[in-house]
Amino acid sequence: MRNAFADEITQIAKDDPSVVLLSGDIGNRLFDNYKESNPERFVNCGVAEANMVTMGSGLAMTGMKPVVYTIASFLIYRAFEQIRVDVSYHDAAVLLVGVGGGLSYASNGSTHHSLEDIALMRSLPNMQVICAGDPLEVRAATKAFFKNPKPTYLRIGKKGEAPVHGKALDEFEVGKSICLKRGESVALLATGNILPNCSSVSDELEERGISSSLYSFHSVKPLDEKCLEQIFIEHEYVVTVEEHSRKGGFGSAVAEWFSSQAKTKARLFTIGTPDQFLLYTGNQESARKVCRLDKAGLLEQITHFIGPA
Amino acid sequence: MIASTDHPQKTEREFEPLLAVAARIRGRIIQLSHQARTPHLGSSLSFVELLVYLYWNFLEISPSQVKSPDRDRFILSKGHGITTLYAVLAERGFFSPELFEGYAQEGSPLPEHPSPHCVPGIEAATGSLGHGLSISTGIALASKMNGIPFSVVSLLSDGECNEGSTWEAALLAPVHKLNNLIAIVDFNKWQATGRSTEVTALEPLEEKFEAFGWNSLRIDGHDFRQIKSALETAKDSDKPFAIIADTIKGKGIKTMEDDNNWHYRIPTKEEVDSAFAELGIESL
Ligand SMILES: Cc1ncc(C[n+]2csc(CCOP(=O)(O)OP(=O)(O)O)c2C)c(N)n1
Repeated sequence: MRNAFADEITQIAKDDPSVVLLSGDIGNRLFDNYKESNPERFVNCGVAEANMVTMGSGLAMTGMKPVVYTIASFLIYRAFEQIRVDVSYHDAAVLLVGVGGGLSYASNGSTHHSLEDIALMRSLPNMQVICAGDPLEVRAATKAFFKNPKPTYLRIGKKGEAPVHGKALDEFEVGKSICLKRGESVALLATGNILPNCSSVSDELEERGISSSLYSFHSVKPLDEKCLEQIFIEHEYVVTVEEHSRKGGFGSAVAEWFSSQAKTKARLFTIGTPDQFLLYTGNQESARKVCRLDKAGLLEQITHFIGPA
Repeated sequence: MIASTDHPQKTEREFEPLLAVAARIRGRIIQLSHQARTPHLGSSLSFVELLVYLYWNFLEISPSQVKSPDRDRFILSKGHGITTLYAVLAERGFFSPELFEGYAQEGSPLPEHPSPHCVPGIEAATGSLGHGLSISTGIALASKMNGIPFSVVSLLSDGECNEGSTWEAALLAPVHKLNNLIAIVDFNKWQATGRSTEVTALEPLEEKFEAFGWNSLRIDGHDFRQIKSALETAKDSDKPFAIIADTIKGKGIKTMEDDNNWHYRIPTKEEVDSAFAELGIESL
């Protein structure tokens, strides 16, 4: 996903001289093409995330279009007050890009995990929160920011993720979910980099005779409430899935909306990581296993929720 | 202040055992990076002599004292250099070298960044840069408040001197007369994506600490004699003490020295073998 982002921002900056890319001393070589075509509009801000975010706000105040890029955990946790005051409160159109969302940096330990970032960011007024599910969503979300610049958190994975969507998402809109598959009994609502797992879970459910729909809810905020209404009418069960704590994330956003609905037929189940630091050493795949976010773990949780077929 | 540089011959003999230890530690670091395919090799190689001197000749910490209230504290603020600390702790008997077999793999008690929940001898979770000096300041303050004397040594990277929190701690420590606090900057002149002196206006670094109310000394961070004299000076200091250690990222292996590709690169089997030959070690 980070390569998709680097490529997209390089293209955009070629045509828009107001783009400025700030990086927190990460992404070695990643931005070589950008730097080559736009050397004056790239600043390595060093290992100093708080300052970098607020500088972004300052740039936005002059009408420039700043993009702040670093590892999600350091971007959101280290600089949260700067994000709240200098970006949100000022309604400053800064694109905050967090690379390594969720458990992408699992093997680096809890300092590098971002399992509470969605919760923090969606609580901020004025802030849009977008979690990209594949490289095509990264590209589309990056483009969307420049079409309508607003304070935005774009949470992406790391590298090597295969595309889930078949083609470029020309219709992509912030706040509008994408339906990848239409089924009957269960609706799977995924946000962010767990999307591919949900896609294979949906296929497996099919084989077990359980018909499921699959949606990418890339926008956690604004939430596609219109689509939720439809989903809750059309299905018996709705399951949200995210590589993030169950507390406060996408599932919570859906549950908040759900709690205000008088007449919904479907039952809601939210899947995410448990309310504890993951002390288990291992890569993303094994961390997902431990958190029951791998295919088998997801299937187990979902089938347990819906009961015997 | 610049450290004095006399008696080179005497140095050789006095520090011969430590030189051998340092070579072994380097071998271990390179082996770990290779077997687990973990980055930050250059970062780990640049502070080997500093850590070896600290754990063999300076810090009052041992496996039997890991919980004693008056032990000296060492905080590896640049947590991504963890393999050096693991190698040193194992060599000093804090845990069995057998644990290295599964380093950073599924279920290993040795994760890729320090965690207080893993093996004995790790005081704090670092890896998010810019925490170590603040943690150390808190611990040093507690030592003063409780009248339990011990030293707190914090090892920082030059990249961490970008972080505001580092300088917030630096501003506060002198006010509380924390002369039990020693900050060592592993000044290897590189950070992840650029020269540290070009990313921010880091120099003159020792003068910055002095301007903030610290005593400071600039040394060659690979020279045991200079490390020894700096730490002895620090111990008698009336203020918190900063040791600015000029080091070389990737030190010890010619093809890795001062080549920042080794921030991320993983050595091949052949590169491990030739590194071992260069270090003069056969096995670990
Ligand atoms: C707060 C924070 N921001 C970013 C990172 C990602 N990161 C890991 S190492 C590094 C910089 C490495 O340079 P330096 O700190 O000077 O140490 P060296 O490897 O050169 O010894 C960065 C930016 C981090 N670990 N923590």
